[in-house]
Amino acid sequence: MSIFVDKNTKLIGQGITGREGLFHAQRMLEYGTNLVAGVTPGKGGEWILDGKVPVFDSVKLAQEATGANASVIFVPSRFASDAIFEAADAGIELIVCIAEGIPVLDMMRVRNYLDQKGVRLVGPNCPGLLTPGEAKVGIIPGDIAISGDVGVVSRSGTLTYEVLYALKEKGMGVSTCVGIGGDPINGTNFIDCLRLFEEDPKTKKIVLIGEIGGTDEEQAAEFITNNVTKPVAGFIAGQTAPPGKRMGHAGAIVQGGTGLAVDKIKALEDAGVRVAKHPEEIPKLL
Amino acid sequence: MKLHEYQSKLIFAEYGVPIPQGRVAATASEAKQIAHELGGRVVVKSQVLVGGRGKAGGIRLAKNPGEAEELATQILSMEIKGLPVRKVLVDEAADIEKEIYLGITNDRAARRPVMMASSEGGVDIEEVARVTPEKIIKAHIDPLLGLQGYQARDIAAGIDLPREHWRAFGVIAAGLWQAYKKSDANLAEINPLVITADSKLLAVDGKMVLDDNALFRHPDLADKRDLDIEDDSEIEARKYGLSYIKLDGDIGCMVNGAGLAMTTMDVIKHFGGEPANFLDIGGGANAEKVAAAFRIILSDKNIKAVLINIFGGITRGDEVARGILAAMEEIKPEVPMVVRLVGTNAEEGRQLIADADMITAETLAGAAQKAVAAAEGGK
Repeated sequence: MSIFVDKNTKLIGQGITGREGLFHAQRMLEYGTNLVAGVTPGKGGEWILDGKVPVFDSVKLAQEATGANASVIFVPSRFASDAIFEAADAGIELIVCIAEGIPVLDMMRVRNYLDQKGVRLVGPNCPGLLTPGEAKVGIIPGDIAISGDVGVVSRSGTLTYEVLYALKEKGMGVSTCVGIGGDPINGTNFIDCLRLFEEDPKTKKIVLIGEIGGTDEEQAAEFITNNVTKPVAGFIAGQTAPPGKRMGHAGAIVQGGTGLAVDKIKALEDAGVRVAKHPEEIPKLL
Repeated sequence: MKLHEYQSKLIFAEYGVPIPQGRVAATASEAKQIAHELGGRVVVKSQVLVGGRGKAGGIRLAKNPGEAEELATQILSMEIKGLPVRKVLVDEAADIEKEIYLGITNDRAARRPVMMASSEGGVDIEEVARVTPEKIIKAHIDPLLGLQGYQARDIAAGIDLPREHWRAFGVIAAGLWQAYKKSDANLAEINPLVITADSKLLAVDGKMVLDDNALFRHPDLADKRDLDIEDDSEIEARKYGLSYIKLDGDIGCMVNGAGLAMTTMDVIKHFGGEPANFLDIGGGANAEKVAAAFRIILSDKNIKAVLINIFGGITRGDEVARGILAAMEEIKPEVPMVVRLVGTNAEEGRQLIADADMITAETLAGAAQKAVAAAEGGK
């Protein structure tokens, strides 16, 4: 078992004929992900990746031809909201958006629209999903995690890899890893993932990786107190970040006294979460 | 990206928000001329991107053009919170009966913009929110539908605005929302919005913060960026699409990914060191970008060691290694460098730098400890 994606997921890739998209599509395919089609307007009819994957002009055409139920979006940020709307309107149930730098008002329109349609979005500004041994949707390097019973949810990208790698080094495997992204407005949040990990029989332990900015970690802590019975370990990035400065991620900023690492750590510890001093400490806290 | 008061108010005015007659001046004689045109009684306002201009003496009332010139001379020679005053806004002075607050910002938790108003205008709104939160009236705006007329009326009633002003307030609220939406703002604020002695509403001060990610849609607004509030190396970093923030320590950091960059700083601190910067080279960084990052880090004279921590995903270890080698060739750094490469194409990257004069590390904790030791001179 896993959450969101497994070997039955039928995935299309939007924007996988570009340089980065193609590189990662190749990696997804090699991993064994069921990548059934690509979408690039104007390139319909071509075949990519040694003739293994057909390209369509639109998500609708790709979905109708393949029965795809998930899409991973590699298009640049200025076209990303259009790509998300297109996938949602074509009947895709799970959309994973990698792009960083989508305007926040675009994301508000996207999120409100998807909520009305009941479509799940993971990201944007995220590394995607990995269910080790079954499916890799996005850019998480496949070889840094093994299958196991730890559910991982994170606002970060490469910091997540760090944690997966640390778990693997100690022989600990992962049920599913979800990168929810570092933007202030995103799709799936901590609570969505915590709820699914709590229900997932394969997941026995949970790792939550947060960072400064917003109050998502505080809300997650409250949810853990009331709803999560499985042990949770965590880490919060940005303890040394100066206030008022955006630390790379659009969402990672301490503003008006909210979003501080120290408050998030306290909230999580009060909820019984073991919070690591540095990410390589996480395996021993589980 | 922050806009100056005069820039913000001109944008508001384009969308039907009434603002005082006035113009911006870069010299005292221009200020005098503007005051003369406006009929004498004016406010001379420093245009710097910090709060507390009034308290610092950067906003003054002049009774005649001569006084406007004198005050402009004083204000244009000031520094406010470290920023030089390069321009003053000369506005017709308003007879103020009452000051209110009106603003729009993004509510992260609600995933919508929120319009906020208060009968207590002209003061620090965060202070009002903290002490008397009941005095702030809010309305969340559906990003698909926009601000509705009834929402503006509810806000007007909520702040006890006399009924005769509701229509004008509705026009201003709708205009502010349009300005916010069409400019892709993260903040649009009128503080204060005043009721004048002749019973009109007037936006006497304005502030806008734009979404950097949306500036591609607004090249005209992107040109208005005031570089005074940024460090030179931060400006240089932006040119290359790097995210760089200078700090006070002595260990330079080059990392891919914002979360990992913050974590690398945290771990350096955890092991007793002080990070000199936050630097995220971003996803998919190529050799040229890495070389630029390297130059920017080393331009900081406090640097005693550099820690390069790359966990490849969309970024490839071999590309980063090539960038490091190219930059070393060019700069010939004199400080010790600790490198950790893991993830996508890391093996190829490690082979590329195997012969270079660098300290390598396997783990993040190990890399941080080596960097701290190197900075202390124990190479």
